[in-house]
Amino acid sequence: MPNDRDLLLASTITHDTETARAAARREKARRAPAKWLLAPAVIFLLVWMIVPLAMTGYYSFRNYNLMMPSITGWAGWTNYKILWGDPTFWSALGVTLLIVVVCLAVTVGLGLALALLFHRNFVGRGVARTLAVAPFFVMPVVTGLIWKNMLFHPAYGLLAWLFRTLGFEPIDWLAQFPLASIITMISWEWTPFAMLVLLTGLQSLPEDQLEAVRLDGANKWHEFRHIVIPHLGQVLYVVVMLESIFFLTSFAEIYTTTSGGPGTASTNLPYYIFQGTFVQYDIGVSSAAAIGAVILANIFAIFLIRFVAGNLNAGEAR
Amino acid sequence: MSAQAKRFSGANIAFGVLGWAVALLMFLPLIWLLVTAFKTEAEAFTVTPQLFFEPTLDSFKAALAQGAGYWHYAWNSVFTALASTVIGLMLTVPAAYAMAFYPSKRTDFTLVWMVSTKFIPAVGVLVPIFLVYKTIGLLDNVWGLIALYTAMNLPIMIWMVYSYFRDIPKDLVEAANIDGASMGQTMLKVILPLATPGLASTGLLALILAWNESFWSITMTNYQASTLPVYIASFKSAEGMFWAKMSAASVLSIAPIIVLGWFAQRQMVRGLTFGAVK
Repeated sequence: MPNDRDLLLASTITHDTETARAAARREKARRAPAKWLLAPAVIFLLVWMIVPLAMTGYYSFRNYNLMMPSITGWAGWTNYKILWGDPTFWSALGVTLLIVVVCLAVTVGLGLALALLFHRNFVGRGVARTLAVAPFFVMPVVTGLIWKNMLFHPAYGLLAWLFRTLGFEPIDWLAQFPLASIITMISWEWTPFAMLVLLTGLQSLPEDQLEAVRLDGANKWHEFRHIVIPHLGQVLYVVVMLESIFFLTSFAEIYTTTSGGPGTASTNLPYYIFQGTFVQYDIGVSSAAAIGAVILANIFAIFLIRFVAGNLNAGEAR
Repeated sequence: MSAQAKRFSGANIAFGVLGWAVALLMFLPLIWLLVTAFKTEAEAFTVTPQLFFEPTLDSFKAALAQGAGYWHYAWNSVFTALASTVIGLMLTVPAAYAMAFYPSKRTDFTLVWMVSTKFIPAVGVLVPIFLVYKTIGLLDNVWGLIALYTAMNLPIMIWMVYSYFRDIPKDLVEAANIDGASMGQTMLKVILPLATPGLASTGLLALILAWNESFWSITMTNYQASTLPVYIASFKSAEGMFWAKMSAASVLSIAPIIVLGWFAQRQMVRGLTFGAVK
């Protein structure tokens, strides 16, 4: 039989939990609209990205060719097997990776050099920087046509004229070096972006830290290596992440210049899937290739997130 | 040394020359495009580049003439870019607001999930979107394109606006709540005015990305809803004949965005670095 003290205690507890519950209820009511604020964006992304992605997965296991409407039904792994045996798929995968890796190296390397240059104080720096940034805002379709017709053209291009003037044989860049040409065009567009972001990073360098190492007698290289580079780490991550997203899906530069050729020399995964869908009408195999492209992008994403998380932790430990 | 004296020191003159050389080299393709746009077709298509010629507006006139198509595509570009940006902001602001000021256990996951959808390449959803659009009549339809551009930009927009909101002290929201303001009032009257520069630069980036986008407009439109990149791409097989006209049309398509970009570059970069740079 419970004594008075126990009863008292029990009632206090009930009372406490009731206050707590009431507080939780109030908190929930206060937050309730937050869920509704988030819902439209979440639903939109579900409908336009996640549902189609699931459908791509579904189609990749179906026999589905718009040219052969009589053949339908489950395909099992057939589409993936066709892809596995298609040398064009593998070369497209290689081309995609090559474009991403080389363009990243070029844009980050050149972008850093340019950022250091435009961080110096010289006459007309603002105007010069503004001119150098312009290529980033040019639509890729225009980039493709400028380079193809006015710079790379083997007879009428500026480069052909330059080569003839210097006494060399003009080169048909897009036919002989299709990948290098495409990498040049993409790098021309994206170096300004890397430069712009890294320059903003440089301008936010902590002056006091620089003063401190200078007082310690650090040389320029030491200063660069131990203060500038770690500070740029975070903005560098933004550059690498955004550029990877866009480089993995390069399309317009290829579409307007080489059309994936000569042969399949400059066909990357997006162009391969585009052709599979709109030239061969093979929905099944194209979907399987699309799943491959999504997996590739996610390998990049995971790799990047790991790399960045590691860098950030190292940064905090300093 | 004063800043002025520093500018004219030997090292900085050397860097200045180098800086200007690099800038002009980067800009050269665009200068050449602009120069070609003022030539006649015969002057544009020569083995030796013509530097001295009588500038003519003929190519611009031809590109802008009634029935030449430019206006049709330009209108579609303006409409899709603006509409997708406005819809994008209308979806972004509430979502970013909820995550920045009312974080819950799931907020981190939601944010990472939203940004990670940007890692689904367009080709990953191309086939089903094409087939569904074909079935429900959204092929070659501006609204179909607008929805795609909104989805394409939404992750980056949410990322940017969230980082702007996160820099605003939470106390402001709590103070407004104590004063009895509703969530909607707090968002519209307290937070949005503070975040206007951030929202403007997010909107500008979305506008630029939508304006320059070509993959979706090439695959999903035919003529009715086609944007400027489709028009420019139609010159891709025109060997020689229309270089001046192509250049004029290209200049007309990229100039507005380059000017917009020049004004917005610093703000945009600040937003994109996710608050890493102050």
